[in-house]
Amino acid sequence: MLKRVAYYPGCSCEGMAIEYDQSVRALCYVLGIELVGIPDWNCCGSTPSHSYDPLLGAALAGRNLAIARSQGLDVVMTPCPSCLKALKTANQVFRERPSEFLDVLGMPFSGDVRAISVLQLLYEEIGPNLIQKAVKFPFKNKKIVPYYGCLLTRPPAFAQFDDPENPVSMDRLIEAAGAAVPDFPHKTECCGAALGITQRDVVMRLTGRILDMARAVGADALAVACPLCQQNLDLRQDQVNRALKENFNLPVLYITQIIGCALGIDRKTLGIEKLAVKTDALFQSA
Amino acid sequence: MQRPHVLQIQKTCDQEFIKRVERESGQQVSKCYQCGNCGASCGYTFDFDFPVNQIMRLVQLGQKETVLGSRSIWLCANCQACTTRCPCNIEVARVMEALRIMSVAEGVVSKKNILLFYDEFLELVRRYGRVFETGLVARYNIKALKPFTDADLGPQVLMKGKLALKPHKIKGLKAIEEIFKRFESHRGK
Ligand code: SF4
Ligand code: SF4
Repeated sequence: MLKRVAYYPGCSCEGMAIEYDQSVRALCYVLGIELVGIPDWNCCGSTPSHSYDPLLGAALAGRNLAIARSQGLDVVMTPCPSCLKALKTANQVFRERPSEFLDVLGMPFSGDVRAISVLQLLYEEIGPNLIQKAVKFPFKNKKIVPYYGCLLTRPPAFAQFDDPENPVSMDRLIEAAGAAVPDFPHKTECCGAALGITQRDVVMRLTGRILDMARAVGADALAVACPLCQQNLDLRQDQVNRALKENFNLPVLYITQIIGCALGIDRKTLGIEKLAVKTDALFQSA
Repeated sequence: MQRPHVLQIQKTCDQEFIKRVERESGQQVSKCYQCGNCGASCGYTFDFDFPVNQIMRLVQLGQKETVLGSRSIWLCANCQACTTRCPCNIEVARVMEALRIMSVAEGVVSKKNILLFYDEFLELVRRYGRVFETGLVARYNIKALKPFTDADLGPQVLMKGKLALKPHKIKGLKAIEEIFKRFESHRGK
């Protein structure tokens, strides 16, 4: 089992997704995984760098991998799927176009630092069984649906994690936390991603569809593992309600918050109060 | 009567364009047999001017102007559903990405607001090394002349201490600037 990983929070974990960062840190602490900061890390370039030759994003992301390597670490964990994609793309571009990549990056790069998501760490390195044994406050009689979004499992050859069409890693972790997991057909439907600001109508429609399905299967809450998905589903839920004349009232928690609560970490430490849609009903025993 | 989407295929087929898309995406576009899986999987088809499978067909036919000027390539969220489901193992999302990059290089971007947002994002990375959402939304809103985008979200995220009002400058800004500079000179070559 991995005991020590480099930690790349990504920019959203310093702002809108600060509760994701808080809950990742608290949970890893309790589970005995040491998160080593990447000194002076920089933005990975995310989606915007993809309007230009991938070399730019690859070099921006690559700097972080190179720093992690210089600290003697060979695994970088990040909570954000977009950052994960950027970090992995850096390794890919290094393999495909090594000399151009090194020219732009301008520092030593070995290409052997593996990037994984926090979900991957929880599922593959710790595992639902261990988590289940550590649970003190199971979510009894609650239904939580897992929403994976686009990038964590796709495309399969690149993600090398779980199943691209019907992923189950979060399902198993939610079950370990004591909640029921209804079948959820929209596990990997796109929520609108980074188009929230530029094309809000598109996001309203796509996010609305996901919330509608969650409500239809009787969910008390959704579990997510992506800052963008979380923002679209939670923070924008009011906008969706206005745009689609709906009355969704579904809490959207990070998977790390759900497991953290079940393990008995206090809600303030996990940043539960920072979520937009109120979670009170989820914590009342039925 | 105006028929915007009638294509004069023989007249406008650009062989060079087909080769360039295949080279820059690393994908063999000619393998596409129009099964439609990608278009059916794409959550954005309702808002595209051409569903992604039609984009693939248009590339095969060398319809450079139509493809590079389409809304579709900019509304694509890079969600990878198409790539995952293509029976010919074409990385369709990589084709879409290559087309976006080409449309910037050729100056024919259809959804200028999306490119503007991305450029503002990169400008913040260049200046500070990291992105802070307040600055990003503010800059975009001013330049896109949409001062109130997401203003309704402001009060609650502020109250919850989620918005940094000041950017965090990293120490290695020089290294970042050099990456941008080397990238620009590489691109100029
Ligand atoms: S990657 Fe783009 S074209 Fe492909 S399914 Fe997703 S949004 Fe549609
Ligand atoms: S899924 Fe593949 S083969 Fe089918 S239409 Fe799309 S690109 Fe062509």
